Amino acid sequence: MVWMVLSDMAGSRVGFPYTSLPRIEDSQLRANLRSATTAIREKRGRVVAEKDDWEELRLKGEQIRAEVLNNLDSYLVKLEASVENVGGVVHWAGDAGEANEIVLSLVRQHGESEVVKVKSLTTDEMGLNEYLSQGGVMAYETDLAELIVQLAHDKPSHILVPAIHMNRSEIRDLFQGTISKGTALSDDPTVLAEASRLYLRQKFLSAKIAISGVNFAVAETGTICVVESEGNGRMCLTLPKVLISVMGIEKIIPTLDDLAVFLELLPRSSTGERMNPYTSLWSGVHKGDGPEEFHLVIMDNRRSAVLADPVGRQTLQCIRCSACLNVCPVYERSGGHAYDSVYPGPIGAILSPQLFGTESSKSLPWASTLCGACYEVCPVRINIPQVLVHLREKVLTEGHRSSSERFQFAILSAVLSSGSRFDLALRTISRLRFLINRFLAFGSLPGVAGKWTVARELPEIPKESFRVWWRRSRGQ
Amino acid sequence: MTRSVSLFVSCFNDMLFPNTARAANVVLRSLGVKVEFPRRQTCCGQIHVNTGYASMAVPLVRNFVNTFSGAEEIVAISGSCTAMVREHYLELANRTNDVNLISKTRELVPRVFEFSEYLTDVVGVSDVGATYPHRVSYHPTCHSLRSLHIYESAIKLLGAVRGLQLIDLSFAEQCCGFGGTFSVKNSPMSTAILADKVANIVNAKVETVVALDNSCLLHISGALKRNNTGVSVMHLAEVLAHGLDGVV
Repeated sequence: MVWMVLSDMAGSRVGFPYTSLPRIEDSQLRANLRSATTAIREKRGRVVAEKDDWEELRLKGEQIRAEVLNNLDSYLVKLEASVENVGGVVHWAGDAGEANEIVLSLVRQHGESEVVKVKSLTTDEMGLNEYLSQGGVMAYETDLAELIVQLAHDKPSHILVPAIHMNRSEIRDLFQGTISKGTALSDDPTVLAEASRLYLRQKFLSAKIAISGVNFAVAETGTICVVESEGNGRMCLTLPKVLISVMGIEKIIPTLDDLAVFLELLPRSSTGERMNPYTSLWSGVHKGDGPEEFHLVIMDNRRSAVLADPVGRQTLQCIRCSACLNVCPVYERSGGHAYDSVYPGPIGAILSPQLFGTESSKSLPWASTLCGACYEVCPVRINIPQVLVHLREKVLTEGHRSSSERFQFAILSAVLSSGSRFDLALRTISRLRFLINRFLAFGSLPGVAGKWTVARELPEIPKESFRVWWRRSRGQ
Repeated sequence: MTRSVSLFVSCFNDMLFPNTARAANVVLRSLGVKVEFPRRQTCCGQIHVNTGYASMAVPLVRNFVNTFSGAEEIVAISGSCTAMVREHYLELANRTNDVNLISKTRELVPRVFEFSEYLTDVVGVSDVGATYPHRVSYHPTCHSLRSLHIYESAIKLLGAVRGLQLIDLSFAEQCCGFGGTFSVKNSPMSTAILADKVANIVNAKVETVVALDNSCLLHISGALKRNNTGVSVMHLAEVLAHGLDGVV
């Protein structure tokens, strides 16, 4: 409570408190998000509850991912050998720029100017579409929601449901202005899906090159796994002649047996389904079956720096299920765009500042009440609140918060580290009680208390603190 | 054997909610537990750790450990302070490289209990003899629910209170939006989350909202009062002290 007397602690005018503000006030967005997250949350709750061994599965998932991260150097070498052994080509990229360059040069080598894409967060992280476009190559997103976002020149706002911020009629209007020009559409989901199908089929049949992300890369066999719901990914992974898959260094699992654990954990956590609809697995190339050329781009992009942080490291266990977004009270009211990153929600709040380190991402560790709902649902048991608190300290230690705040907390620490100093502070507050309570009554408080009282009352300070009462009455 | 506990009231309750601490004292004594209040106690350090100034919490940890290490059992009347001790104290003590402090902390942490948890799991009581004839909803605060996992304790205790009608709260497990300094650093977001919590409380048509953390209750009551809902808030200890002798 003592912090109520502190002065205004807001830092610079960038970051989550400002980017979230217009979203909080957007009642349509709030309604779209609430109905979508509540529905997925309830569905997940039902399918998780029917697994008696859910906690054991989570422990197993955590253990596999943590073991891989602890031995990542040898797993990466093993994966490279396995992929090459089955006829794939492995490319190493230190950062997003290198990864983009590798992909563009592969497309150019084949003389193509169009590629189809399977939904991929890693390529969003790289800004691949923009990079290809500047290089004269058009990338067509084929995941329905990614297509919607691309056509709207918008950005994804959810890891799994990129267009969660839009409703049906908004999508109908968008299609009528783009891929279905001149056609009258209703906002019936079947009609909208058919419109996208007509458009996308042509792209699948004409594209020579496909680009995908990677859900899991199996070190032992060189097998790559991509999970998706629509089958559009399957089209991209099987029809074009050349397949380029891009992954972060952390996406490895040791064996195909381990995959079984994640194919249980992932769909139940992400879409609330017992089994994922389209699970594609491939190992290199096979004559007359699927792509003739397979390239795997393995990108670091600061992940090895995350790996070096003993507390932050667990962030890389993430399998991108997005369960943490759907239970987060903050995400539900801000949506993904407020996080100003391809990784929104609680996982984004710990991943973005570690990967990108931008000024706005440094505000994200504070974009949480630390309610712990994210940790509770995480299928690989990432202790997100622990990492959030760790990153708060890290950001402040690197000196990105106002020194007046630090000064005030130092004084607070000095007062609270001694019983007699705290006694004195409480006695002083008691003496000033009438003055403080009068201020409260008029609602004209400076600093922090002023922010509090915009929508909330403050209590009056009681006549007697507990310790004074105890001393007077001896607890009787 | 007479049980003896040291009460950790927290800086927040000491200053703003002395009646909660007095109620806890009454309930514990009525059960034959001897209650001490070590005067050197101050604050658990949660506000420093959660805002990002963990190193400044280290002297507070030292003060807490020195104050309570002689106590048999420590009862805290705040879920989040209890969670702070359990989740962060050993790590913070380790930072000092002070072998004595580290070993004292290691021994102390398992002896720190949240009030309702102490009653049901240590004393082994669910009916303390209280009477509170009102419609009540229980808001399981985040730390008590997801860090301490003690949802059942409060439900058992409330269930045994005479005349008390326990009404389900929709989306009860959702945060109230407080989050310490979050409530001012991200004030509009905090109040947006709070608005939904308040709407659910109003829909439940209860007279009192009960929880294990006065910090969350302060936040919730701030909006209940501002919106003139007529719904009051009360720490579980105060409900349990109703109808017992010596209540303030």
